[in-house]
Amino acid sequence: MVHKVHPDAASALDGLLFDGMTIAAGGFGLCGIPETLIDEVVRSGVRDLTVISNNAGVDDYGLGLLLQTRQVRKMISSYVGENKEFERQYLAGELDLEFNPQGTLAERIRAGGAGIPAFFTRTGARTIVAEGKEERIFNGEPYVMETGLVADLALVKAWKADSFGNLVFHKSARNFNPNVATCGKVTVAEAEQLVPEGALDPDCIHTPGIFVRRVILATRNEKRVEKRTTRKDEN
Amino acid sequence: MPWSREDLAALAAKELRDGYCANLGIGIPTLVANYLPPDVDVTLQSENGMLGLGAFPTESEVDPDIINAGKQTITELPRTSYVSSAESFAMIRGGHIDLSILGAMEVAENGDLANWMVPGLMVKGPGGAMDLVSGVRRIVVLMDHRAKNGSPKFRRRCELPLTGANVVDVLMTDLAVFERPDRRSPFRLRALAPDVSLDEVRAATEAEFEGQPL
Repeated sequence: MVHKVHPDAASALDGLLFDGMTIAAGGFGLCGIPETLIDEVVRSGVRDLTVISNNAGVDDYGLGLLLQTRQVRKMISSYVGENKEFERQYLAGELDLEFNPQGTLAERIRAGGAGIPAFFTRTGARTIVAEGKEERIFNGEPYVMETGLVADLALVKAWKADSFGNLVFHKSARNFNPNVATCGKVTVAEAEQLVPEGALDPDCIHTPGIFVRRVILATRNEKRVEKRTTRKDEN
Repeated sequence: MPWSREDLAALAAKELRDGYCANLGIGIPTLVANYLPPDVDVTLQSENGMLGLGAFPTESEVDPDIINAGKQTITELPRTSYVSSAESFAMIRGGHIDLSILGAMEVAENGDLANWMVPGLMVKGPGGAMDLVSGVRRIVVLMDHRAKNGSPKFRRRCELPLTGANVVDVLMTDLAVFERPDRRSPFRLRALAPDVSLDEVRAATEAEFEGQPL
């Protein structure tokens, strides 16, 4: 009998955390971030982390919480605009930062999860992100070699999960989550709803359970909105 | 009289053809959607994994799980689909997006674009801009003709670190529109803002460009 469902975040991360490890986290901005599991990583006090995530949260929410406690040594991200503590630590030389173009980051994560050690992309060719990387010409155009990313631990946020770890994401909260789910040596998912096997349509599962080792019911679903933008209701 | 932000957005909207899938950058490019003629059916893509962007929501429609790449709340359309980030960038890098409209710090006469980094200042990161300019079939840039200190932004060569090399097809500024038929050709002046002379544009431009306005 497979037992993937854990009672809480502490149990789901038990034995998986160690200093100097690499953690990949799903989410775009504050949308679709594994808030419950991030809280537990903060509580655990694990240090010298390399974190793979498109963004770095904001000062008091998301991955920003791990920056406040100085648990992060290096970020691999595409955009870190909304975080003052990040900026302070980076400018003080306390934090390493590797910028990847967003599509390159997504593809590196996808490739890592699919057992592909490297690939060539036109993105970033002849720019500073290509420095030190192999360039090849295909069809007369320069392409740059990028490597796949594998994390010691991948953390994702789903809308629904069944007890086998099959995941369904919600709207644009999907973003990096399905890709990140594949790139962890171990992947832990938190879901807004836990359902029994058979409750999800097999044709509509975004992440098959093979990629997910442990699952919890998310207890933090704050879903903070970064830029609430509305139009007037004409009625 | 130079074009306003709204003028530029309206001008850029004419670059969108019926049936296009397009990606609009943050800032003035986002305004372009407001100027689409009703008979032109354009599907907007957002690189966080949404194809088919609707209007901004009313207060009661706000869903924190529906945002665009600028992290603004947005709504769905009947045709909307959601994808992972890797699949979203397969649309972009695979050449499936017809047109992208972006802002810029500098454009060079050889089509180089710089819009993500000023050395010495805090850098926020390239986001999806490098992928967009290298993968989308046609790149339209909207920017002020001069920097705040008056220096030209349409240059012989970019001084800032590049976002992409030889990627710009159309450049629209508050003073003029430049275009080139392909990426081996020089830029040609396509239009001047009302009451702006060719001499004024040349004086405010470092780049070489061809021709009289049509």
